[in-house]
Amino acid sequence: MNKKQRTMLARILVAAALLVALHFVPATGALRFLLYLVPYLVIGYDILIKAAKGIRNRQVFDENFLMAIATVGAIALALYEGSGDYTEAVAVMLFYQVGEWFQSYAVGRSRRNISELMDIRPDSANVERDGALVQVDPDEVEIGSVIVVQPGEKVPIDGVVLEGASTLNTSALTGESLPREVRAGDEILSGCINMSGLIKVRTTKEFGESTVSKILDLVENASSRKSKSEDFISKFARVYTPAVCIAALALAVLPPLVRLLFLGLPAAWGTWIYRALTFLVISCPCALVISIPLSFFAGIGGASNAGVLVKGSNYLETLSKTRVVVFDKTGTLTQGVFEVCGVHHCAMENQKLLEYAALAESASSHPIAKSIEKAYGKPVDRSRVQNVQEIGGNGVVARVDGMEVAAGNDKLMERLGVPCIPCHSVGTIVHMALDGKYAGHIVIADVVKPNAKRAVETLKRAGVQQTVMLTGDSRRVAEQVAADLGVGRVYSELLPADKVAKVEELLAEKPEGAKLAFVGDGINDAPVLRRADIGIAMGAMGSDAAIEAADVVLMDDDPMKIAKAIRISRKCLRIVYENIVFAIGIKIICLVLGALGLANMWLAIFADVGVMILAVLNAIRALFVKNL
Amino acid sequence: MKKTYKIEVDCANCANKMEEAACKTPGVAKATVNFMTLKMIVEFLDGHDPKTVMQQVRANCKRVEDDCEVYL
Repeated sequence: MNKKQRTMLARILVAAALLVALHFVPATGALRFLLYLVPYLVIGYDILIKAAKGIRNRQVFDENFLMAIATVGAIALALYEGSGDYTEAVAVMLFYQVGEWFQSYAVGRSRRNISELMDIRPDSANVERDGALVQVDPDEVEIGSVIVVQPGEKVPIDGVVLEGASTLNTSALTGESLPREVRAGDEILSGCINMSGLIKVRTTKEFGESTVSKILDLVENASSRKSKSEDFISKFARVYTPAVCIAALALAVLPPLVRLLFLGLPAAWGTWIYRALTFLVISCPCALVISIPLSFFAGIGGASNAGVLVKGSNYLETLSKTRVVVFDKTGTLTQGVFEVCGVHHCAMENQKLLEYAALAESASSHPIAKSIEKAYGKPVDRSRVQNVQEIGGNGVVARVDGMEVAAGNDKLMERLGVPCIPCHSVGTIVHMALDGKYAGHIVIADVVKPNAKRAVETLKRAGVQQTVMLTGDSRRVAEQVAADLGVGRVYSELLPADKVAKVEELLAEKPEGAKLAFVGDGINDAPVLRRADIGIAMGAMGSDAAIEAADVVLMDDDPMKIAKAIRISRKCLRIVYENIVFAIGIKIICLVLGALGLANMWLAIFADVGVMILAVLNAIRALFVKNL
Repeated sequence: MKKTYKIEVDCANCANKMEEAACKTPGVAKATVNFMTLKMIVEFLDGHDPKTVMQQVRANCKRVEDDCEVYL
């Protein structure tokens, strides 16, 4: 509670106590009026002042002005009719203030909660100066300085580990508390928490350019990009208040005139003015206006806590309407690293064949050569290799231990006149020939991510109607992967520019209202990310380009997060619609009841304040996304 | 040019009113008020001095909602 809220609470309590006390005072006439004026002024003086200022500034549909008219009107009516019932006016003002107070408190609270949730901002950095550790503001640390991160501390700035080894908790960045090991020479990202050992880090970025600052900046500014629902509500609020006020005026004047002139009945001015004043009480649009941005803010906050950064409320809205998901294959559904997945038709021990392959390819830096070396697993003794001949587009021929080793594709085998056995497996095939004799082949393929199949299934369950995979890879590989994962359509052998064209094609053929999301790793598909209705970059931890180009950023590379992001957005939007329907619905019901004389001012103010409280509480629900 | 200013305002509808008022101020290309983070992001038209424009923005905001503040 801040000072303003505390004073307000005191005023509310005093006014409420006075109102209850006055109930037992048997005063009548002018004295009664003056006595009731005390709690009224205690609770409402600021509203009256603001209303006066509003009139001066020609802001007639200002809610202060409306509340002032409604309550002053009710008091005047009580005076005119001589009923002495001033309680209603005071109570209406009181409840209005209670509502405002609650709104201010709840918003302040959620503002704080959400910022705490996103509080990954490091407060200080430790710099070694003259042998002693000094805490400084991370903003003051220059690029290339050496900082010390102690166990339990947050890494304040991106850098490279110089000394020490430790385990990092990356949950603040990725939402997963999977520990990550780092050693000297490893890159380290700000926002991680150092769990075990003391490490020294040479910074490679300024604080403002570090991962943690970028994320915070992005999330904080996200709710400034407003969604269609928010625009709708602000437009609605702009029309709603004047419309209700005009309706109130009509209600006060028309029915009595009709009664008087056409029906020959008494005008009953008092009744109709009272009903009109009830209208004014309901005319405040605050419940609506507050709950929508609050829902989005909570949704974005909750998502960022789960490692899903959404760059704007509008993107959250679009994401919830996703019906078509287009994946890039490499790096998104597959690991993007090649691995040896089999050795076939091998006359000798598999390990022996891998050894020859690794030796023959030892001069090459091609990813295929690297994966063979990795599968071999031992250091390669290059002195055993002589006469390495790279035959472009075919493979290599080299002398290993005096033996002629050929490793390459079927073209190479053809060239050497060695009959080879074709492979049925999907992937890159490296045929091997030793001294001109066929020795088997090694299958190398990009490995599918462990969660990819489940991710595609979950997406379908989450309401995605079509899944499409785009890849530059060969048709056979692409179709095999797509079939394995259950991806509906696949387009293969695409150049980066073709991918944009394909996405445009898909955008044109999708049904009206459905949105298309493209998921890529953000490295070379930035144009596609921008072209899609919504671009999702994954594995973006530390990749500025991806964060820049995408609308939604998944901090780690788990494809399950795509469905999670969609479910978070669905939940948030459901809450938004609930609030819109609920708040507008209750107001309309109250207006109808008020016009018919079935709702008095008490009910009106209760409805108004109650709706707001419920809408705010409902909005906060968007924050809880852990179990989605 | 785009600049961000801290603001102080109590109700969401007032924030919308401030946004509208700021948008209508001469020299402002676009203004967004973020009620949840209490920030106003103003995009200025070329050839206008942000300082003088912001004085006017502040005055206009005060006119539609007396109980608000724009920290310049």
